Amino acid sequence: MNTKLGALALVTFAFATLMFAQAGEPKHGGILRIYHRETPPSLSIHEEATFSVNTPAMGLYNNLVVYDQHKPQNSMGTIVPELADSWSASSDNLALTFRLHQGVKWHDGQPFTSKDVKCTFDLLQGKAKDKFRKNPRKDLFNNIVEVTTNGDFEVTLHLKRPQPSLIAMLASGYTPVYPCHVSPAQMRTNPIGTGPFKFVEFKQNESIKLAKNENYWKKGLPYLDGIEFTIISNRATAVLAFVAGKVDMTFPTEMTKALIADIKKQDATAICEIGPINVSTNLIVNRENPPFNNVEVRKAMALALDRKAFIDIIYQGAGDVGGTMLPPPEGVWGMPAELLKMIPGYGDVQKDREQARAIMTKLGYGSNNPLKIKVSTRNLASYRDPAVVLIDQLKTIYIDAELDPVESSQWFAKVARNDYSVGLNLTGNGIDDPDQAFYENYACGSERNYTHYCNKELEALFDKQSVETEVEKRKKMVWDIDKKLQEDVARPILMHARSGTCWKPYVKNMTIMSNSAYNGYRYEDVWLDK
Amino acid sequence: MTLERCGALWGRAAYFRREARVGTYIIRRFFLMLLTLFGISLLIFTMLRLVPGNIADIVFNAAGMIDVAEKAKLEKELGLDRPIPVQYVEWVSGLARGDLGYSYVSEKPAIDEILPRIPITAKLAGLALLFAVTFGVPLGVISAVKQNTTLDYVLRVISLSGLSLPSFWLGLLILMAFVAYFGAIPIYTNPPKGFWNTLWLFSIPAMAVGFRSSALIMRLTRSSMLEVLRQDYIRTARAKGAPARTVNYRHALRNALLPVVTVIGIEAAFLMGGLIVTETVFNIPGVARFLVEAIRWRDYPIVQNLVMFVAVVAVSINFLIDLLYAVLDPRIRYAS
Repeated sequence: MNTKLGALALVTFAFATLMFAQAGEPKHGGILRIYHRETPPSLSIHEEATFSVNTPAMGLYNNLVVYDQHKPQNSMGTIVPELADSWSASSDNLALTFRLHQGVKWHDGQPFTSKDVKCTFDLLQGKAKDKFRKNPRKDLFNNIVEVTTNGDFEVTLHLKRPQPSLIAMLASGYTPVYPCHVSPAQMRTNPIGTGPFKFVEFKQNESIKLAKNENYWKKGLPYLDGIEFTIISNRATAVLAFVAGKVDMTFPTEMTKALIADIKKQDATAICEIGPINVSTNLIVNRENPPFNNVEVRKAMALALDRKAFIDIIYQGAGDVGGTMLPPPEGVWGMPAELLKMIPGYGDVQKDREQARAIMTKLGYGSNNPLKIKVSTRNLASYRDPAVVLIDQLKTIYIDAELDPVESSQWFAKVARNDYSVGLNLTGNGIDDPDQAFYENYACGSERNYTHYCNKELEALFDKQSVETEVEKRKKMVWDIDKKLQEDVARPILMHARSGTCWKPYVKNMTIMSNSAYNGYRYEDVWLDK
Repeated sequence: MTLERCGALWGRAAYFRREARVGTYIIRRFFLMLLTLFGISLLIFTMLRLVPGNIADIVFNAAGMIDVAEKAKLEKELGLDRPIPVQYVEWVSGLARGDLGYSYVSEKPAIDEILPRIPITAKLAGLALLFAVTFGVPLGVISAVKQNTTLDYVLRVISLSGLSLPSFWLGLLILMAFVAYFGAIPIYTNPPKGFWNTLWLFSIPAMAVGFRSSALIMRLTRSSMLEVLRQDYIRTARAKGAPARTVNYRHALRNALLPVVTVIGIEAAFLMGGLIVTETVFNIPGVARFLVEAIRWRDYPIVQNLVMFVAVVAVSINFLIDLLYAVLDPRIRYAS
């Protein structure tokens, strides 16, 4: 009798366990296989500026704070502690103190301390003895005067002026903490982090392999035994590999609307999400040389743009019209539609073009005497295709443009030399935050301010919004700045593209960020229901 | 000394003279091969530096920025600021010592990056060539022997389609068919384990590549055979009652093979470094795909050494073909 009862209890327990597991209890084990679109230049996040690096490398590291990996929209409200258990600002907002988690170890067994945080910022600011080969985001941390430590587990960032959004920059996938005891050169080839996964190998053109960090300081994580990124540079092959189950997930935000439809046709079980990636397609106009040193010509050009046509032709409707900041609802700081409509070039296309033609006629151009220019762009499809549409649209206002495809490696050098009249460019934003977007792309003297637009009054407004702590108040200031930038034809934004990611239904806990393509790849609690 | 003895000595001397001539032929070819390689090394080195941009440009371009000071520092670190002749001499002397330098991108020794990729491409090229010769030569003979029959027409259409179909398109069609009908995809994601696994992984892309090569070989074998089959000695062989098989394969094919051997050699050299599209479609991490990637990054140590490797393979194959000519065709032997 007792045996029967025991067996019944065992069966009931097994059934209950099974039901619980089916209800979504995470399972340990398995290798997540993702295809990678290209061989990334290295796995040292601080030295690179592409999410081809963040995607495989973010799991190697931790930040002081990080965006909640399961809230698609990154905002100040979704920042959670990571290596810092807590943080606080001084009363004058000029010091930001982080209390660090104790007992964290680097992958090589060395203890993590506040010195590592100091070393990281010293490296970023070029104050350390070792230097990065390149340091693409050093300007983001210009406001930090000094980093001081108080014992092994407290660190303070001292600021020149209050900057509420600094915490947003620290939460980005672009800002991991690096170890003091490992050189930048080694971090490029054999990275050491505190993250949920350890580096195993990186073979150019072949694969990147990460293995579970058994001593990860977040107990019970990660669930996966490892992640394997197979480098498949041909997208057609990659899609077929996903459909055939050779990989569990596509490279994040790499699928177009048409490709997703194709995938769903071949594998109805695939989970696919499409959303913005905070990459804008924009125009750079050389305002220093004629004829574009004349603001009227620049205005006429901005009035000729049919933004919806760009989105429909190139992305089959999967895109958004907006200003510098990513438009809502996914974007936190983008101008609302009613405000956008008030900006010249964002309203009725036909009326705007009439106005543009009138300007051009007044300047002496016409159908028999068009303005002849070259539209320069990087010789890559994502740049070339919108440039071709642009050339077609410019014809409507007596601008006869010719495509000037520039070899990819020469693109930024050409722009830096001012050796172009009109260029088409793509700008990605690591975080959806006005400080990063404004200072990086529009501040006088910034390296990425390709058009050399310089408006001191507006720059004062950049500073003003930057110190504002009230989000709604800051938002209105940001909208005013963004509107002014578009009216000044500083760098006309053509569109914000949307693209997608697909994964198999057994991949659980996968969240794709909706307003940044750079921040959501920690993968510590992703698991496989196999 | 008898007349017979004199004749024998004269014959022996003539034999040694012939042998000496063949030896000279080989030595001359060998030195020509070295000269060619020297020319190639100069050419690739110069051309690479004529291409706009270097690794420092690419590195900063990828970050969307130009920092002149940091760029100059990187160029100095990699030795790119030194005069080009100095860089050339350093490279060539390194080659002589077996030191291929370091990859600018991976920062690992170039030899460690290049060596593992050679067997991968060699397997693919070897299988593709095997496929091409196995099908190309016999079908070319059959097509010639059965000239203007239905079989000949069918084979000619197949060979024409082999030459016309771009291999990337054929490759993609094969992959799509595999996914649609078998739910599997024969692409390289991890190094294959064991003989059968390797054969399975490489045979499909080898067939995609080999189809084009076999078509080329088949057409050349056919035309060469047709020419030979019209020769007097073939008519004589037929007239003396030799069986058709002997006439076709022993008398005709051997003489028709010379141009075919040349093409097989050229194809073998091409397959070692020219399978960019096939390696990309089937995701094979071989020499050609790696070379393209290295060119994209202006990774000079990788590009220079890989191109030299491909050149050595091509020149060596040509050298072997020259030797094979001498074996196959006595006229070449005696003329030299």
